[in-house]
Amino acid sequence: MTDLQERAVPVSTAGDPRPPRVRVPAPLRSIVKHTGLSLLALIMLYPVIWMVVSSLRPNNEIFRSPGIVLDSLQVANYSDGWNALAAPFGHYLLNSAIVVLACIIGNLVSCSMAAYAFARLDFTGKKLFFATMLGTIMLPIHVIIVPQYILFSQLGWVNTFLPLIVPKLLATDAFFVFLMVQFIRGLPRELDEAARIDGAGHPRIFLRVILPLMLPALATTTIFTFIWTWNDFFSQLIYLTDPEMYTVPVALRSFVDSTVATSWGSMFAMSVVSLLPVFLAFLIGQRYLIKGIATTGIK
Amino acid sequence: MSALEKFQRLGTTRSGPRRKRDNKAAYLFLLPWFAGLTVITAGPVVASFVLGFTDYNLIQAPEFNGLENVNRMLSDERLHRALGVTFLYVFVSVPLQLAAALGLAMLLDRGLRGLAFYRSAFYLPSLLGSSVAIAVLWRQIFGAEGLLNQVLDVVGITGRGWISDPDTALSTLIVLNVWTFGAPMVIFLAGLRQIPAMYYEAAAVDGANRWTQFRRITLPLLSPIIFFNLVLQIIHAFQSFTQAFVVSGGTGGPSDSTLFYTLYLYQRGFNNFDMGYASALAWLLLLIIAAFTAVNFWAAKRWVFYDD
Repeated sequence: MTDLQERAVPVSTAGDPRPPRVRVPAPLRSIVKHTGLSLLALIMLYPVIWMVVSSLRPNNEIFRSPGIVLDSLQVANYSDGWNALAAPFGHYLLNSAIVVLACIIGNLVSCSMAAYAFARLDFTGKKLFFATMLGTIMLPIHVIIVPQYILFSQLGWVNTFLPLIVPKLLATDAFFVFLMVQFIRGLPRELDEAARIDGAGHPRIFLRVILPLMLPALATTTIFTFIWTWNDFFSQLIYLTDPEMYTVPVALRSFVDSTVATSWGSMFAMSVVSLLPVFLAFLIGQRYLIKGIATTGIK
Repeated sequence: MSALEKFQRLGTTRSGPRRKRDNKAAYLFLLPWFAGLTVITAGPVVASFVLGFTDYNLIQAPEFNGLENVNRMLSDERLHRALGVTFLYVFVSVPLQLAAALGLAMLLDRGLRGLAFYRSAFYLPSLLGSSVAIAVLWRQIFGAEGLLNQVLDVVGITGRGWISDPDTALSTLIVLNVWTFGAPMVIFLAGLRQIPAMYYEAAAVDGANRWTQFRRITLPLLSPIIFFNLVLQIIHAFQSFTQAFVVSGGTGGPSDSTLFYTLYLYQRGFNNFDMGYASALAWLLLLIIAAFTAVNFWAAKRWVFYDD
């Protein structure tokens, strides 16, 4: 093994004063590369695998060895964790699901409308507005959270889901506007022109021509909104202080703070439950995720 | 063409002779966005600037206090600590993360078998990394009895409480950020695919070795994407919050060693309801991020290479 690596090195990273080339046969190099990459993948994913295994172990075994072989199955961790807080964990899952669903709908509707205007319409102030929109992509939420909190608390919206949902209905996730603009620009203009000649107005062109063609961009938006909203902690921590309204991240955090340091098993169990939807979204939507970050590049 | 112009050019459509404008339709389509800009984003940016010059606790009306908040910042030792912690975190974790991303992207490039599997395995942590669950897991990995120490124990090294030790607590968060190198890696992979293979073939014919090819072909042609990733990841790292909050139980401890800027802002604003000062802190963060982005764009003229 080490022998192989030593021989492979000069080929891939030879310095400028060229040493005599050692040709390592292609199959060997390939084996070394795959062994290395698999090992790295295992190291990368080991913490997560260990967490899943630990969630199925009795508490006194979790920190006994670093291995991931299960001797016994402690499924009770899951039922214990599920019922450890004031409400069953399903309550928080439902809260998160409501918020996520509403945010997805909000982003799909509002961002696609804005994107259509930026990509296809000609209007006064377009350059300025587009630059502003790009600028807001980079705007940290921490800069606007204080006035936003003051506004929402005066509206009586603290401890409701509205402060989390309403911004999405107003196209404030500029990243998705940008993603959709880029996508619409790639669609042939002849399609719009043809529809226009047939007498279609902009609402019609948008609904009947553009929207059906931008399904991949809408899918990317859906999956990213799902994962980011599901994981979002900062705004949910600030706006949801009533345990009844807790979403999964806030509930999980209160779990950690409230648990006496011994019920790790059930804590890991609920951590696994909280990551499961993200993992499923990743499995289902991988193609759109990869495409989405490859073409616009964020996160 | 400078990077800045490139960014600006994104906003223009190539409309040669003036076409008829459709203002009415456009503003209708943009109505939600305009509302959002006014009430949710740009409005609050202006409002927090104004609030930054007040003393406000949410109960009594805001009271203007001139430059009092700025004075307070100058002598606020916890703020200075938070700035130090955040800068260290950004400057160490972003280059490491991008180096890992670029290195892996190079290894995964060009027709490797099992590419899709490796890409998924390396990308998954970026999706999970910002969650509370992973932060909870990190606490257990780097705890005194945690996974890392058990592994070290197997090879005969005595570990320590990585998270309870102020000297190492921040490093565990840096490791967490490097762990999420998958997202920039996918962007690099897409960029590498744009480089025509014939450049490498031509260079190989001329006798250039792999390292020269990397330096003379890959790096220059990939520089716009490296720049893009650098700008985004720096902005992103400045805003890290969840991991430090969960790992330190909301305190930024031990001894403020994980007191991220945003965490300190949260404490002032939402634990102490010191909204005026928190607004001033928010604006300082905005200025810092803007300054870093501007410096990045300025420096880009010297090292980012645009093909066209």
